[in-house]
Amino acid sequence: MRTPFTIRFLRSMPRAGWMALTLFALFAWVWVPVAHLALPSDHALYLSSYWITLLGKILCFMVVAVAMDLIWGYTGILSLGHGLFFALGGYAFGMYLMRQIGRDGNYGAEIPDFMVFLGWTELPWYWFGSSSFIWAVFLAMALPGAVAFVFGWFAFRSRIKGVYFSIITQALTFAAMLLFFRNETGFGGNDGFTDFRRILGYAITAPETRVVLFALSAGLLMLCLVLGRYLVTSRFGRVLAAIRDAESRVMFIGYNPLHYKLFIWTMSAMLCGLAGALYVPQVGIINPSEMSPANSIEIAVWVAVGGRGTLIGAVIGAGAVNLAKTWFTVALPDYWPFVLGFLFIAVTLFMPNGIVGVVRSIAIRLRRGNRDGRTMEDGRDGVGAGAPQAPVGQAAGIPAGGTGDATTVASSAASVSGGDEVSGAVGVHDTATVPRGPGRSNEADDPERNEATIVRAFADKATKGAGA
Amino acid sequence: MSTETIDRPAAVDGVQAPGHRDAPSSHVVVPGALDLSHNVILYLEDISVSFDGFKALNKLSLAVDAGELRCIIGPNGAGKTTMMDVITGKTRPDKGKAFFGQTLDLTRMTEPAIAHAGIGRKFQKPTVFEQLSAFENLELAMKADKRVRRALFASLDDAQRDRIATVLRRIRLSDHADRPAGLLSHGQKQWLEIGMLLMQEPRLLLLDEPVAGMTDEETERTAELFVSLAGSHSLVVVEHDMSFVEALGGKVTVLHEGSVLAEGSLAHVQEDPRVIEVYLGR
Repeated sequence: MRTPFTIRFLRSMPRAGWMALTLFALFAWVWVPVAHLALPSDHALYLSSYWITLLGKILCFMVVAVAMDLIWGYTGILSLGHGLFFALGGYAFGMYLMRQIGRDGNYGAEIPDFMVFLGWTELPWYWFGSSSFIWAVFLAMALPGAVAFVFGWFAFRSRIKGVYFSIITQALTFAAMLLFFRNETGFGGNDGFTDFRRILGYAITAPETRVVLFALSAGLLMLCLVLGRYLVTSRFGRVLAAIRDAESRVMFIGYNPLHYKLFIWTMSAMLCGLAGALYVPQVGIINPSEMSPANSIEIAVWVAVGGRGTLIGAVIGAGAVNLAKTWFTVALPDYWPFVLGFLFIAVTLFMPNGIVGVVRSIAIRLRRGNRDGRTMEDGRDGVGAGAPQAPVGQAAGIPAGGTGDATTVASSAASVSGGDEVSGAVGVHDTATVPRGPGRSNEADDPERNEATIVRAFADKATKGAGA
Repeated sequence: MSTETIDRPAAVDGVQAPGHRDAPSSHVVVPGALDLSHNVILYLEDISVSFDGFKALNKLSLAVDAGELRCIIGPNGAGKTTMMDVITGKTRPDKGKAFFGQTLDLTRMTEPAIAHAGIGRKFQKPTVFEQLSAFENLELAMKADKRVRRALFASLDDAQRDRIATVLRRIRLSDHADRPAGLLSHGQKQWLEIGMLLMQEPRLLLLDEPVAGMTDEETERTAELFVSLAGSHSLVVVEHDMSFVEALGGKVTVLHEGSVLAEGSLAHVQEDPRVIEVYLGR
């Protein structure tokens, strides 16, 4: 019998994950609006608009980090151009915000001020539909998605991999930045879009608007996490992990990696685009510097700091680095680039699995102490045998079939073991703990031994033949 | 030349087109399906491949019958792995023909398409997905619709779970089903990879040094497994271990400098003076 889709969907996230999401939803959708709108501004728990904007901005970055983690952490493709997709989404939505200014601009014209300044009298053709909110939202997803699809199609089809792919994505975002810097491109050149007034007719700086934008950002993040979690625990996600581990093997068992990579790559870009569309109205500006290569590298740093290959790691990394950045750019603005660089080196050298990796290894050590010398592999095997002590079983939130049939239990354990944010199988994704099989280095690939065997075999026959 | 008789079950003998009555002596070509009407599953003719002037394969011709167990031996650099690369679509030959059955032109197919058509390959180095469990490795290899939109919503039914369990028993990894494949021993990884091949339900298995790094006992069991697979499957085994080749007992092809040097039973090729020359005269 197949497990119904809804059950599999619910099971893809451990119970603790669903609870954390619920708490977060309460925070973002209940507490923040109350703290900002209902409490008097001198109240101790009052949340100022500065904080709402800052947190809303970081929520958008967290979405980008999750999107980045799907392509880098889970599929092993490092993109150093994700800032482009984020900025494209921002520009697509920014066009709508520019049109919402209406005749309130400095020149009082129907078209945006920068066009008047350029001497243009009407909108360029690609601004078609920019007065429609629906079209803007669609474009914020479709435009980055289309760019990613076309780029990905050619790059993946030519089997461009590893550092080459990263460099090309970097070049792509740099080229786009230069293009957007030009005034003639029609997107405001250097200054980009700013001075927004309204969104859907509501004042963009009104407290209610801010709260709604914040709540939408939180919603997008949660959606991303639920969707991402389902993806990485599905067979699709296992194929992605397989592509990361041994792409040629994936081909020889009949999967076409091109389609898988293209799907997750395009999806990742679309999520970035949506995040950009929510980011722009909150910070009130979008300009080509969002496409600078440094921005894209920073996205990779968030994910590396939090922990690649775990969705929660990406969220933690984006939050931690951006809070640190906020503090530094106020207190010691000149030192932030050095801190960022140091962070990247330190994480690469000392915390290859990021913050989540460190927390996990501490948890494993503690558990190992409690179990009196039981190793983590034993724990994993225990899960397979259906032992009730395993947190994986609980994490599933659903009894694992209950038939006692080893394969059923095994498969349900397998179905929840994909990422294991909090489960007992922690650490199995830690490549450092995977020992090399015996014989790998000393026997199997030793051509001399193989040659010797053949020569001996033939020598035996030859002498026998000569004797006869 | 061949001394071994190989049993061929009726299943591999030719594809009968349904509803075809008028000309019983001929058959209808079904596009994309394996056609074994002439009982040859793999046919290579005058295949040449060169890398930067080095001729890895030089007019190699080889035919493997349906249900046959063929061993390929030859010194290092004889072109064994390149031959596998050509068959599986990884390398395009400069010249020559490569057919799977009567109709499938391997030189025009992509790797995944060749895998779908029914050729499974085991690499020289055990290549399994180290971060996934043994169970998941087999699940991914299982014969199924492997397109993205299927994989997004795929789940296992009972029959499929049973198949995975059966293969796990056959490769003796039932107790390690949920261990990450990276934690398995070298021999176990080799077996897991063979298990992945079985899950694919291929018609032709290409096995590149399948027993490298295995203990004697494991080697013996592998030989038993392969012999039991022959007949219902065709196998091409590249191997250095002569006792293993002897245990398999099939026809042996000796490659040298990119072409076939000798072919026949193991005893036959071992007495061939040219073969002895190649192995000892260096």
